Amino acid sequence: MCSTCGCGDPEGEVKIMIPGVESMDHHHHDHDHTHDHHHDHDHGHHHPHSHDHHHDHDHDHGHHHHSHEKTILEVEQDILSTNDMLAQRNRGYFEAKNILAINLVSSPGSGKTSLLEATLRDLKNEIEFSVIEGDQQTTNDANRIDALKIPVVQINTGKGCHLDSDMVYKAFKKMELKDNSILMIENVGNLVCPALFDLGEQHRVVIISTTEGDDKPIKYPDMFAHSDICIINKIDLLPYVSFDVERAKDYARRINPDLTFFELSATTGEGLTTWYEWLRQHVSNFLKAK
Amino acid sequence: MHELSIALGIVKIAEDERQKANAQKIDRIELEIGALSGVELDSLDFVWPMAVKDTALEKADYHVDFVEAVAECLECGQQFPIKNLYDNCPVCNGYFKDIVAGKELRVKALEVS
Repeated sequence: MCSTCGCGDPEGEVKIMIPGVESMDHHHHDHDHTHDHHHDHDHGHHHPHSHDHHHDHDHDHGHHHHSHEKTILEVEQDILSTNDMLAQRNRGYFEAKNILAINLVSSPGSGKTSLLEATLRDLKNEIEFSVIEGDQQTTNDANRIDALKIPVVQINTGKGCHLDSDMVYKAFKKMELKDNSILMIENVGNLVCPALFDLGEQHRVVIISTTEGDDKPIKYPDMFAHSDICIINKIDLLPYVSFDVERAKDYARRINPDLTFFELSATTGEGLTTWYEWLRQHVSNFLKAK
Repeated sequence: MHELSIALGIVKIAEDERQKANAQKIDRIELEIGALSGVELDSLDFVWPMAVKDTALEKADYHVDFVEAVAECLECGQQFPIKNLYDNCPVCNGYFKDIVAGKELRVKALEVS
């Protein structure tokens, strides 16, 4: 499913790029995507590509009742089923290669990329990483990751407000994901839309920062309901802001009592060790589980 | 505005079903959308004309069955209506709950001819 708004407008097209390999103001390079675009909008003429096709067969349980010349089709199909099925396919691929895939979600400016940079810088000598960056425009984030010599692909969603499982699939096909590694997927900065879209990750990490309101969890409950880790970033600024960490955690637990919390500052490094310990443990658990 | 992706997903499902049934046009589409599905009905209404333009759904009646949300308390078993994901049990005040209705986001039926 292509989630780009305003089809036909090149600025609204999804672009998937590798820093230094493809220029960001060149929009003819992504042939894969262009084809998909046609599929989505040429309804009634072409068959969708193969994975969609399987899906049709799997879910073909509608009953056709013929009455007069009108027919009622009892479809009973989940609207997100195409995304969910592709997400499961991604998940299977990650599991087969022992890749721990983590979906990082937050509002813009909470420090996702800074946390990612700190994590990569401190752990890259012991754990293999690769990164998928999602933003509406620019390769700025991918360039920051590329500077750390970590394999990275940038997805520009154009006018789209979230990543979906098909974009992630196309992005990791551009990289050679190593076995026994961690794939960090930095979603588009948006605390609403990415909540509904499973990418095939094993863990979803929601990041809030102390410069936001501590009632973020109850204002944007869906994201907290769909995450299993909550990171509270910028704790070095707590003396200067009115953010109450315990209140934020209490609100978040009302939505999702199973959330695991980390309080840290990606800038000063405070609290990063417990987050790193969690990553190390989950990589090794994942290896053991195989 | 993820409602546009949702609307495009609906269009795709409807077109696939219409083709399978060898029908010419879709007269009516029935959706089932829960209060806690994560989709705003106002936003969906807003993007609907853009999403269905030049598709078999362009002239179809569009009908939404809205499903109110119900939770079941995992502490005491009480079922209760909820408005928000952070609502607690009115009997024992617990926050551990299963959402038993209200997450629906599906195409229920099409009328084609």
